[in-house]
Amino acid sequence: MDGYLGIIVIVALVAVLAVGGLFLLFRPKAKDLPPVEAPPEPRAPGVEEPGKAGLGEQDGGTTTTLPPPAEELLKPPAIEVPPPSAGRMVRLRSRLARSQSALGKGLLELLSRDRLDDDVWDEIEEILITADVGVAPTRAMVEDLRTKVKVLGTRSPEEVRGMLREELLAQIAPDLDRTLHTRAHGERPAVVLVVGVNGTGKTTTTGKLARALIGDGNKVVLGAADTFRAAATDQLQTWGDRVGAAVVRGPEGGDPASVAFDAVAKGIEDKVDTVIVDTAGRLHTKTGLMDELGKVKRVIEKRAMVDEVLLVLDATTGQNGMRQAQVFAEVVNVTGIALTKLDGTAKGGIVISVQRELGVPVKLVGLGEGPDDLAPFDPEVFVDALLGD
Amino acid sequence: MFETLSDRLTSVFSSLRSKGRLSDADIDATCREIRIALLEADVALPVVKDFVARVKERARGAEVSQALNPAQQVVKIVNDELIEILGGETRRLRYAKTPPTVIMLAGLQGSGKTTLAGKLAKWLRDQGHAPLLVACDLQRPNAVQQLSVVAERAEVAVYAPEPGNGVGDPVAVARQSIDHARRQQYDVVIVDTAGRLGIDQELMRQAADIRDAISPDEVLFVVDAMIGQDAVTTAQAFMDGVGFDGVVLTKLDGDARGGAALSVRHVTGRPIMFASTGEKLADFDAFHPDRMAGRILDMGDILTLIEQAQKTFDEQEAAKMASKLVSGDGFTLDDFLEQMMMVRRMGPIKNLLGMMPGMGQMRDQLNQVDDRDLDRIAAIIRSMTPGERQDPKIINGSRRARIAGGSGVTVTEVSNLVVRFFEAQKMMKRMTQGMGIPGMPGGRKSQKAQKPKKGRRVSGDPRKAGQAKPGSGTGPEAVQPPKGVLGNLQLPPGFDPSKLNLPGQN
Repeated sequence: MDGYLGIIVIVALVAVLAVGGLFLLFRPKAKDLPPVEAPPEPRAPGVEEPGKAGLGEQDGGTTTTLPPPAEELLKPPAIEVPPPSAGRMVRLRSRLARSQSALGKGLLELLSRDRLDDDVWDEIEEILITADVGVAPTRAMVEDLRTKVKVLGTRSPEEVRGMLREELLAQIAPDLDRTLHTRAHGERPAVVLVVGVNGTGKTTTTGKLARALIGDGNKVVLGAADTFRAAATDQLQTWGDRVGAAVVRGPEGGDPASVAFDAVAKGIEDKVDTVIVDTAGRLHTKTGLMDELGKVKRVIEKRAMVDEVLLVLDATTGQNGMRQAQVFAEVVNVTGIALTKLDGTAKGGIVISVQRELGVPVKLVGLGEGPDDLAPFDPEVFVDALLGD
Repeated sequence: MFETLSDRLTSVFSSLRSKGRLSDADIDATCREIRIALLEADVALPVVKDFVARVKERARGAEVSQALNPAQQVVKIVNDELIEILGGETRRLRYAKTPPTVIMLAGLQGSGKTTLAGKLAKWLRDQGHAPLLVACDLQRPNAVQQLSVVAERAEVAVYAPEPGNGVGDPVAVARQSIDHARRQQYDVVIVDTAGRLGIDQELMRQAADIRDAISPDEVLFVVDAMIGQDAVTTAQAFMDGVGFDGVVLTKLDGDARGGAALSVRHVTGRPIMFASTGEKLADFDAFHPDRMAGRILDMGDILTLIEQAQKTFDEQEAAKMASKLVSGDGFTLDDFLEQMMMVRRMGPIKNLLGMMPGMGQMRDQLNQVDDRDLDRIAAIIRSMTPGERQDPKIINGSRRARIAGGSGVTVTEVSNLVVRFFEAQKMMKRMTQGMGIPGMPGGRKSQKAQKPKKGRRVSGDPRKAGQAKPGSGTGPEAVQPPKGVLGNLQLPPGFDPSKLNLPGQN
């Protein structure tokens, strides 16, 4: 233990020397990091024919696995043609309402009371806090509502509903640009990079997104740059096979940047519309892994522009979501958020702070495990679903 | 935004300066801050309410008014209470009298069940058991394969008769697996199930069916440390739907404060048995309630920092680093470079600095700190010749220009670094002569008397930190780092947090 105390001194020292010193200095003008070398030759395209999915995968060893049912996977899975994405949010509205109604109804009921005393306001505050909105934004919102109620004087249920709708909409910032940039520009395909911490549903979102894009008549290539987690590549391959998107994969434990590069190269070669690169989940506190992510993006930019960096956030995430968003935004400049698992009881209130603090709009919502349960985010529909009909 | 509880309490307590005891109003103010701290740590609201009420009651009791420093006492109560709730009843895995022992994992999607299955299996194998992993997640694409790979890495057996991806009946697989284990003489069976939502009736029933089919000795609820207010609803739904005997907290290696631990424990009464702290199979440990309490409260304490150091370095490395410091004069830029790289391994510098006591007041400056600054410093040092690193005194104008050119920075930056280095060297010399680092050779007690600030040492009160406004500090005597409630560790006195705040100073 004593030895570690020394470390604290060292941390302090480093702080004084390095950080303290720099406070004095003029910050060097965007002298950026040294250019990263392009990965070696794009290797013989690591693309496998759809249908070979999940084969040659670690059979044997110490396991008593029954032989993986290769035959079943061998026959090329029927490629489904998913329905177009338009109007999805509306179709999924009922599901959204299921999870959210408690929030909206509770608020509505409270605000419609005859007397709004401090207890009622406390309750309103609580409802917002339990939706993971966070303490500070909640206070701001309650303050706003209080003022409005005072100005309004009398309140009919319709008025209250309108007021609440307005307030919630304002929090969700409806004027942000929420279009997903997936249109190819000329020769080059659009590139979407999917990032996030572990277990938020990046691979699933990538799969669903590919499906939705193909349903809209685009051609898609998937890059399985999650070379870390066991069988993540196969998971993506399965998604790809289902909708008929080519999947570029690399060896397990390989360099994710090179896989991403290959995927983009293939996308350009095949003249597809969109390349979606799925990355490994990484906690934002792991400096090394975040650097790796930065490299993936830089390497992709050797061949094409990264049009969209989607941060996948789990709706159950609490206040830590803010930290995640901040760090990811610093490293790869997040352009949109995909909020997943919104079909549960979680309200995903954290996106309110994230949108406000970082100005990054929610672009997609995941509402279930079904392949078509991904919808573009529509603030109005979202708020209406919140409040119920 | 990211204030620690100690920062908040500092401001509350600064008004209590001379009071010998706490009035009700003081307790209320303290409790309000504690409430916010808990809410921001994602402890669920109903739990927070209960908890704060309990604390309030105890705080009004006699033990506080008689204590020497009542305000600190309140925080101590909170901490004790947290540890008590979190660790009230720690217990070990129950093994079945007649093998196989059956362990079932359940939880939301993406909480880390499959990875945990592998960790648990490895842990059991290291203890001399023969675990068998059973793939009952037939829902998510390639979950079965993931489990097989995990099993291979953990060098344990796996039972996966169904391909998954929606094919097969998990209940049947679970049932067969028990017979399989009996035949093959495995003594622990770990059943990995599909992730499911609490409100999904159908899947919950399926989980209950699996449970009935295998009558597990332990059902473990796997929950992500990052989960927010929803933890209560989810835990309750799983409690009602499947029932569980223990909780496993995953992804604790992030910086989420993990209030979920408290929520789940409070709502279901089930103990938290394990903590999973990384992506490698070995990153798995029993749960430590005391550390969790500190983390939830976010006292920003030094213990956390030490803990982080412990995770990153072994004792030897740490001792080596520390001994370099004691040598004072022998400290070169090379050593500094090495140390800087080691510190970087511990995580973002911003987080580390945030954990230093007394740093709360300069959170704004801290937010501007960037890890890339460290890289730049490293580049400067690496552009120096070995001779220059050994003895920076020889660095003259032309050498500076060369170094600046080599590292792509301005000459000013180089000179600033060198100047700061000399200052640090001086600081260290003072430290080693006057004080000694606690735990380093040299009697500490007698030396303490030499310091002018010894009088302050008595109280250890966070409000003291409030007195030392950033920028006002002109020397080491200006800031006395407050002692965290959690430990009486003292900062090596030579360290002066106010040094950090240079813009205001010079």
